Amino acid sequence: MKILVCMKQVPDMESKFKLSPGALWYDTADLAWRMNEYDEYAVEQAVRLKEQVGSGDITVLSIGPDRIKETMKKALAMGCDRGVQVADDAAMAKDPLAIAGIIAEYARSRDFSCIFTGMQSQDRGSGQVGPLLAEMLGLPCVTTIVDFAYNAGEYLVKRELEGGVRAIVKVKGPAVFTCQLGLNTPRYPTLPNIMKAKKKELLTVPVAELQKLAGQQETTRIFFPEKKGGGLVLEGEIGALADQLIAILKDKTSVLA
Amino acid sequence: MKMLLVAEYRDGKLLGSINELLGFAAGMAAEVAVFLVGKDDTLPKFAGRLYLAEVEKHLEYNPDGHKALLLQAVEKEEPDLIVFSHSSYGWDLAPRLAFALGASQISEVVAVEGGGFIVPACNAKLRRQVKSLTKGTVLTLQVGAFPAADNSDTPPTVVPIDTDAAPLVRFQGYEAAAEGGVDLTKAGVIVSAGRGIGKPENVAIIAALAAALGGEYGASRPVVDAQWVEHNRQVGTTGQSVTPKLYVACGISGAIQHLAGMKKSEFIVAVNTDRDAPIGEIADVLVVADLKQFIPALTEKIRSL
Ligand SMILES: Cc1cc2nc3c(=O)[nH]c(=O)nc-3n(C[C@H](O)[C@H](O)[C@H](O)COP(=O)(O)OP(=O)(O)OC[C@H]3O[C@@H](n4cnc5c(N)ncnc54)[C@H](O)[C@@H]3O)c2cc1C
Ligand SMILES: Nc1ncnc2c1ncn2[C@@H]1O[C@H](COP(=O)(O)O)[C@@H](O)[C@H]1O
Repeated sequence: MKILVCMKQVPDMESKFKLSPGALWYDTADLAWRMNEYDEYAVEQAVRLKEQVGSGDITVLSIGPDRIKETMKKALAMGCDRGVQVADDAAMAKDPLAIAGIIAEYARSRDFSCIFTGMQSQDRGSGQVGPLLAEMLGLPCVTTIVDFAYNAGEYLVKRELEGGVRAIVKVKGPAVFTCQLGLNTPRYPTLPNIMKAKKKELLTVPVAELQKLAGQQETTRIFFPEKKGGGLVLEGEIGALADQLIAILKDKTSVLA
Repeated sequence: MKMLLVAEYRDGKLLGSINELLGFAAGMAAEVAVFLVGKDDTLPKFAGRLYLAEVEKHLEYNPDGHKALLLQAVEKEEPDLIVFSHSSYGWDLAPRLAFALGASQISEVVAVEGGGFIVPACNAKLRRQVKSLTKGTVLTLQVGAFPAADNSDTPPTVVPIDTDAAPLVRFQGYEAAAEGGVDLTKAGVIVSAGRGIGKPENVAIIAALAAALGGEYGASRPVVDAQWVEHNRQVGTTGQSVTPKLYVACGISGAIQHLAGMKKSEFIVAVNTDRDAPIGEIADVLVVADLKQFIPALTEKIRSL
């Protein structure tokens, strides 16, 4: 069974972001990079599927500059068999259609039985790449899955809806799934697996070979949300902070009365 | 400006989200038509054309069939904007329709400004202004970002639509969220643990503060996903919606899906090491501190009051 996982490298969301007005995005200097959280579930599900069927071949694909290779190695250490870096220094500026188009171009002739993406990326967060990819390939797609089972060419998955309700959906492969938080418990790569991953194939394909579609939207401004004010910010020594907060709670709420 | 708004139907009911879409359209003085796969006994209230497909035939989840139906409505209306709620129905269907139309899709719009749409980025720490380069544009609107319209008394004019497009996926029905256990909606004080607690052992310090305040403890999603806390304590869009007198968010960044479940609390305190965490936007008090030191110190002092 041939499986494709799409993975994006994103900055740690606890970073102090600076703006890069020329690039109309955040400044990439001094950021810690990691695997998009939703894609960790996608990688894990791909590895579990391969383990279940007993054979298979997992390609992890990521579009971006050279630094993404570090994160791709984590996916290889988690159990993917091969990495494909679509080398693109301008990936950050691409809209979901352009990104999905590149992935579709790679996937079209390769007969993947199952494709996983995250439900959204943590930085851009459009949630579009998975369903767009499915449309481009003419495949069925189920988004936001929190449960996954495979049996004889058929998938039984659960989509998460508002309030925690789930919709149960059956679909025949090949198909695309977008993974929601909590789908599984992503494994930590073990030291032996990290060593093994170093020997796995990590191909680089220039983006020009795969990019056939132009984007359809553009970012025209990037800014910090206005601070609405009102809220009090307390900083300082722990004991003094606790006293200050207790005084405020006594004054503004009835919970300490 | 012409808009086609996409209403949602779940478990035999029309969802209230259509009123926010109508509010958005009213704010832009747009002419509206609405699309619904539903039933004629619960229709949205607005003056205009309602493209209605039968839910018995087309099911509540059948994105390929609903896309085919939507394409018919779009062909008749030729709208400038096709507007969905950024919900499990909307973010699933919107990109498929956009692709079929060759239109761009802009996700999770929170405001309209200068011919562009404002969307959040990086867990609400940043905002982008995005402009569409295509003739028609598909939008999904962040839930709660636009005020709901007052219901009009005029009923819509129903235009029935139908298709024989075969579904690619087979919807089998719903599974209810796990029930039982604690009912957070009744708690007067809720102290919630976020990923910032770092390890499962630290749930105890959050629970201890909750007990000292005579309340309950809750959690954000990652803490529940990691099975450090049971699901019925999760606060947010896919958990509980709560309105206690006091909500203390400990090590919670303030993602929109968490805020949706607690922002109506009477008084909100956040404890976070990151002064820029988006939770600061809605907190009455943001304590910039390491919760592992601060919460036990606070609990100790409250106990000895
Ligand atoms: C469709 C959908 C539905 C969702 N539904 C929900 C939902 O119902 N509920 C929900 O909560 N989330 C939900 N989420 C997930 C949501 O988007 C966020 O990922 C989640 O809320 C983040 O949880 P968090 O704030 O605990 O973790 P993070 O975002 O990782 O934040 C951790 C915070 O802890 C702080 N911190 C770290 N260490 C310390 C320390 N020692 N002391 C103090 N602070 C510290 C950090 O500065 C950071 O702000 C949903 C997501 C999607 C896509
Ligand atoms: N640059 C990229 N390289 C590989 N996969 C990506 C990239 N950007 C987005 N994706 C995939 O598409 C999913 C949804 O992203 P988005 O539409 O940006 O929210 C992510 O979780 C990834 O699986």
